[in-house]
Amino acid sequence: MSEVTFREAVRMALRESMHADERVFLMGEDVGRYGGSYACSMGLLEEFGEARIRDTPLSESGFVGAGIGAALVGMKPIVEVMTVNFSLLALDQIINNAATLRHMSGGQVNVPVVIRMSTGAGKQLAAQHSHSWEAFYTHVPGLKVLSPATVVDARGMLLAALDDPDPVVIFEHSGLYNMKGEMPEPPPAVDLTHARVAREGTDVTLITHGGCLRRTTEAAAALAERGISAEVLDLRVLRPLDWNTVFESVAKTHRAVIVDEGWKSWGFSAEVSARIAEDAFWMLDAPVRRVAGVEVPIPYPTHLEQASIPQTAQVIAAALEVVGHG
Amino acid sequence: MTALPGRGHALHLLTQMVRIRRFEERCAELYSAGKIRGFLHLYIGEEAVATGALRALGPDDALLCTYREHGHALVRGVPMNKVMAEMFGKQEGCSRGRGGSMHLFDAEHRLYGGNAIVAGHLPLAVGMGLGDQMAGRQRVTACFFGEGAIAEGEFHESMNLAALWKLPVLFACENNGYAMGTALARSESQTALTVKAASYGMPAVSVDGMDVVAVETETRAIVDAIRAGGGPAFIEYKTYRFRAHSMFDAELYRDKAEVDEHRKRDPIPSFLRRMIAANTLTEEDLAHIEAKVAEELSEAVAFAEAGTWEPIEELTRDVYTEVGA
Repeated sequence: MSEVTFREAVRMALRESMHADERVFLMGEDVGRYGGSYACSMGLLEEFGEARIRDTPLSESGFVGAGIGAALVGMKPIVEVMTVNFSLLALDQIINNAATLRHMSGGQVNVPVVIRMSTGAGKQLAAQHSHSWEAFYTHVPGLKVLSPATVVDARGMLLAALDDPDPVVIFEHSGLYNMKGEMPEPPPAVDLTHARVAREGTDVTLITHGGCLRRTTEAAAALAERGISAEVLDLRVLRPLDWNTVFESVAKTHRAVIVDEGWKSWGFSAEVSARIAEDAFWMLDAPVRRVAGVEVPIPYPTHLEQASIPQTAQVIAAALEVVGHG
Repeated sequence: MTALPGRGHALHLLTQMVRIRRFEERCAELYSAGKIRGFLHLYIGEEAVATGALRALGPDDALLCTYREHGHALVRGVPMNKVMAEMFGKQEGCSRGRGGSMHLFDAEHRLYGGNAIVAGHLPLAVGMGLGDQMAGRQRVTACFFGEGAIAEGEFHESMNLAALWKLPVLFACENNGYAMGTALARSESQTALTVKAASYGMPAVSVDGMDVVAVETETRAIVDAIRAGGGPAFIEYKTYRFRAHSMFDAELYRDKAEVDEHRKRDPIPSFLRRMIAANTLTEEDLAHIEAKVAEELSEAVAFAEAGTWEPIEELTRDVYTEVGA
């Protein structure tokens, strides 16, 4: 067991995969000489060379599409997009090509590309670098969407994504890169099929993922001090989502709060809430509550930025409300 | 002056152009009969481009096309039966019926669509060339697109990436003069397309796309240079579409006189005339080809008619790769 940062865990996976399989390469803006905008690939250029740690021009559509094309001829590209905001410039490639080529060709080709991007607010980067748009991608059949919240998943899910025959989008919350966590020795393999019960409880299920896990877990600890036993689900894989684990937990606690940094309207939390209403309605003892992003482009000043994304106190308040202590 | 082909070669070129022409004429009829639906973009008038250019490619080279790709698929060797079944949406089609006219795929023949986002397949071609380069394979990726694609950002991003990394990609621009209904001069500040391509530091040539011999000769020279490690290249085929953009197009944007003028340069009769004058082919050769193509075509229509509909129970297959499949 050793303590590593989320960033180091990503780098571990990059190094391991590149040593294990010569078809793997990393491509993106400033991944090489600069070392990655969040320093995930620092030092890898020296280790693997310019062909495999490939700096690209500012051409999101071009290099994401090139990753898809390389995957079509048997490579295993990892494409890094600086932020989910920039990924909109590559949306055509991800949705019209990566997600459709297998189906459109009648199953003749597959696209084993991995696309990593940072997501989320908290660094005062304002309205063009801070959003949580997981929902844009979870909406799309043909894509798999991952949201690691722990160092074990930051490493393990990237490796698992590289073994997947289909396009995988990985969201790395920018607030997590400096987070430290315990990495078992040897580091464990993880699956891309299950949600994880991060904390067991019996009174209310707090459903979250990625950058919101920490505050949700803090909320659960605070609730415990007030005698309320909250179960925390770390969804991990946002598409295809492990609904069974969600419904099993709701069947136990009869109450659900969804915590997600994305905008509330039409968002990721909306889908989770709708599925619970459709398929677990009779298990509920209280309406589902959501703690989600406020409907505003992310502002620059820290007090406004924090007010626009879920806070621990809001999660506690929502949980108290659904258990009848609000 | 390019050398004229010998008899066998000339017969091949004529046969392929006639196959495309007759296939598409039948498709238009089948569209009116309701057998083919959705969009149907005919290549009639442009046959010399696919016919000549594809002869310069080897079987290991990859091919990406636009939604006006029936001709490319046929010349590439995708059986006419499978192409026609795809037009009908039958599961015996080359894309299991999932794609239709705009999305003809055949992995065995390295045909990667049938792509219907203008310029959206150019980045894919760059990546395929990159993969080949990294793996040390001597293959060329040929990417066909219309001149309308040149206004898209993805064209410029792709040209830059391919030139920067010296990738084995042929950028093959089929300039038929109109992006749907918008003439080139109404959409581009610089209508000399090779000037734009050359600005990326790659060879750029323009060729008469109505002349199948010139198309083949110029394409072969440029593909050979790419294969020899020269990096990407751009070729413009100046051609003309005789029919409407799609079956929904009333052609309000061009005069009939303009179309008639271009029809005088129809690539099929003009090639035949040249070959007859050179004593390489005869009128009887054409009659013989027409008879064989008619036979192939009626068999393809019968195959498509006899094809089956994929069961609705299979609706969601091939969205993801089946685990263990």
